Parts: sequence; structure tokens; C-alpha cells
Amino acid sequence: MPMTQQNVVRTRDVKKVFILGKIPLEALKGINLEIKRGEYISIMGPSGSGKSTLFNMIGGLDKPSEGKVYIDEVDVAQLDAYELAWLRCRKIGYIFQTFNLIPVMTALENVTLPMVFAGMSSDDSRSKGVELLELVGLGDRVQHKPLELSGGQQQRVAVARALANDPAIVLADEPTGNLDLKTGKEIISLLRRLNKEKEVTIISATHDLKMLDVSDRIFWIRDGRVERVEERSEIKLEVGTMEGEEA
Amino acid sequence: MDDEKENIQRQIVLPLRKALEISFKSLRIRFWRSIITTGGVILGIAFLMSIFTTDLVNKGLIEKGSAETSTLIQEEEEESSAQQIWLVSLSLLVCVVGITNAMLMSVTERYREIGTMKCLGALDTFIWKLFLLESFFQGLVGSFIGVVVGGGFVIMASLLRYGGQVIPAFPKLQFMGYALAALVIGVVISVIGAFFPASQAAKMVPAEAMRSEM
Ligand SMILES: Nc1ncnc2c1ncn2[C@@H]1O[C@H](COP(=O)(O)OP(=O)(O)O)[C@@H](O)[C@H]1O
Ligand SMILES: [Mg+2]
Repeated sequence: MPMTQQNVVRTRDVKKVFILGKIPLEALKGINLEIKRGEYISIMGPSGSGKSTLFNMIGGLDKPSEGKVYIDEVDVAQLDAYELAWLRCRKIGYIFQTFNLIPVMTALENVTLPMVFAGMSSDDSRSKGVELLELVGLGDRVQHKPLELSGGQQQRVAVARALANDPAIVLADEPTGNLDLKTGKEIISLLRRLNKEKEVTIISATHDLKMLDVSDRIFWIRDGRVERVEERSEIKLEVGTMEGEEA
Repeated sequence: MDDEKENIQRQIVLPLRKALEISFKSLRIRFWRSIITTGGVILGIAFLMSIFTTDLVNKGLIEKGSAETSTLIQEEEEESSAQQIWLVSLSLLVCVVGITNAMLMSVTERYREIGTMKCLGALDTFIWKLFLLESFFQGLVGSFIGVVVGGGFVIMASLLRYGGQVIPAFPKLQFMGYALAALVIGVVISVIGAFFPASQAAKMVPAEAMRSEM
């Protein structure tokens, strides 16, 4: 298959049913999507539409009830525990709404943890960790603990951590959900910059409309289904007219 | 094409040293919390050790103490021996339950952290090691304190009751043996107590672990 057209993520009829007591709840009702290397994708939808559930499926954090998820054209369901851990460690970087830094570790230790899991030597991981923290603008906060950092700074540490092992994909679930407007914008432009500079694929579940500007494509999700897919050209047009109306 | 796995490798198993490092740090930072968790071990082992030590003091005094003390103790011992075994077993049981409970709490509290580590590439065995090691250290420290407190308390009390004759009569070597046994028992119990919570933590799907609100 040609490299340029390779799908870094592909899902086929992904369904997820949660059993709550006795009532089954279909959170995903057959999701089909293809994401190419280097794209910046937003998964938009109201709360409860299934974004996080989809995030977990794509990230290999949970198994679909039906259907297939392919990462780099490998069926995730075929992987054993060791391969899955390797995938999470090397191929995917995760960013969460609640930052999820390890509270007892410093910023640097948080960033180097995935490198530790990957078996990198402490000297190498240290220098790479510092480099990454500098990249996200936290060169002077290396030894701080998460609780000594603001929300925006914590999320920056999380971004640096997500990039630790040079993943092909960065998955973000509502990365701006716990941040104020300005800090949220900073995180979004940081992600966009990394997407361009490092050519890393970014997939972000969100209902933050600030994400629209930077996305190459947007999957609109409603009630466990992809309602429509918008290309960047269409979005620009919309934003343009919106701005035009305001002026 | 679906089976193409050439671009996937297997995650390496980390050396024990890494788990040691992380669990040690985690304990140090949660020091006071760890001490409270360790309280169960301290109490259990202190109790065990006090019974061991009482036994040794009595044995020593029967053999080498004054005739008066010797008969006094022999009379007392007749009634208490069976009861003591029962008490020791009970205290050890309380110990196991206490530690399991404390470890379960510590695991529940850290669901999110465990989920995060799994997202970053931690294998189940690593989570296992982490919790078992933490419990091992807590058991070691707790048992040591328990041995010192339990043994020390009984020796002091005996000195007050029987006076200086206790010291020459006391079988010191045997005491060291008992102290070591109590230490080992404390550590083993701690690790056993952590087994169930550690397995719970290790087998959790990351998505599930991350969902838990704190
Ligand atoms: N582990 C779970 N158990 C039961 N129901 C769940 C679980 N995870 C998600 N759901 C349900 O699935 C639906 C989609 O949830 P979610 O993917 O979290 O939505 P979003 O992230 O878009 O807000 C919701 O109705 C939610 O209650
Ligand atoms: Mg969500």
C-alpha cells in the first residue's frame, strides 16, 4: 500500500454496548472512519454522544463490542497484552481532560515515565524529557510537582508526556475541558504547532468550538453515530462568513 | 492484511529496580499516610512480639530466677498458654484483614494513576510489582517498629515487676530468633494482604480505571 495514503487509524462498524444493570446502552452504533497520517482531526459532539468511548476504542484502552479498530493497519483485537502495551507506549500518546499526571512525580519524571516503560536509559530519557518540556514552554518548571503547577501548565506537561516516545498518534479527550478560554487556546495552538512540526497525527475529542479553526477534518458525532464529516475548506468558509457577519 | 503485525513489537518487562524506585518514591512522599496504613502491622506484630517476649522472660525466670518468682510464674503460666495461642492467631488475622483493607483503599484511591500508567505502557506485571513492593516495605518497617515496641514494652514491664534478675535470666539469642520470626511473619502477612488488591489493580482495563471520579 502506498505510504502517503496509509490510514493511521481506521475503524469498521465499531459498536460499543454498556450493560447498566440489566439495560444495555449502545454508546457507539457503528462508527466508520479513516484518518490519515499527519491529519489534525476533531471529534465533535455534545456531552454523552460517545466521544470518550470512541477515544478509548481508538486508543486501545477498551475493546469494542463489535467491529474492528486498525492502528497502522493492524487489528488491535489481535494484539496480546505485551503488544498492546507496546502500542500504547510507542504508537499513541494520550492527553486527558483531567491531565492525569502522577501526583508524586515531578514534571520531568512524568514526562520520562513512558520512556522508562520503553526501556530507555535514564540519561537519555532525562535529556529528552527536558527537551520536550522546553518545547512546550516549561523549561523552567522541570522539577515542579503537578500540584505546584497551574492547570494550563499541567496540561503542557501532559502534552510533553504524550510526545515522549515519538508516537504516530496523539489522542486527546477534551484537552481544553478543564481550562479557561485563554489557556485552552494556548493548548490548541500548541497541539497544532506540534502537528505541523512533528507531523504527528492529532485526534481530539472535544466540544470546544475553538478547535474548529485548526482542524483538518471534523467528525460530528451524535448519539453514537458519525453525523457528518467536514473538510477544512468548508470550515474556513464558515468561519470566514461568521467573521464577515460580525464585522 | 489484517494480520500484518510487522510494525508492532512486544513491550519489554522492566527490571525490578525500576518498580522498586517508583514504589519507594511513592511511599516516601505519602509518608504519613503510609505510616497509618502500617499501623495495622505495627499493632499486630507488637502484640505477637509481646507474647513471644513474655514467654521468653518467663522461661528464663523459671530456670534462673529466684525460687519465689519461679513458682509464681509457673502457676500463672498454666492457665494462660492456650489462650495466648488463640490471641496470637486472632491478632495475625486482624493484621491480614487490616492490611488488605488498607491496600484496597490505596488501590481504589489510585485507580486513575494505575489507568494512566497502563496508558503509558505499563504491563500488568509492573502494577503487580508496584503494589507488592509497597506492601513489602510497609510490612518491613511496620514489623520492625512492632518488634521494638512489643518486645521493649514487655521487657520494661518485667523489669518493673521482677526487678534486675530479669536481665541475666533473659535468653537473648532466642529473643533475636523470635524477633526475626516476627519480622518475617509481618512482611509475609503484608504481602499476602496486598495480593488481592494488587490483582484487582493489575487486571483493570485502562478505560475503566480512568472513568473513576475522584
Ligand atoms: N463505562 C461505562 N459504563 C456505562 N455507560 C457508559 C460507560 N462509558 C460511557 N457510558 C455511556 O455511554 C454514553 C457515551 O459516553 P461518553 O463516550 O463518555 O460521551 P462523551 O465523551 O461524548 O461525553 C453515555 O451515555 C455514557 O453514560
Ligand atoms: Mg467525554
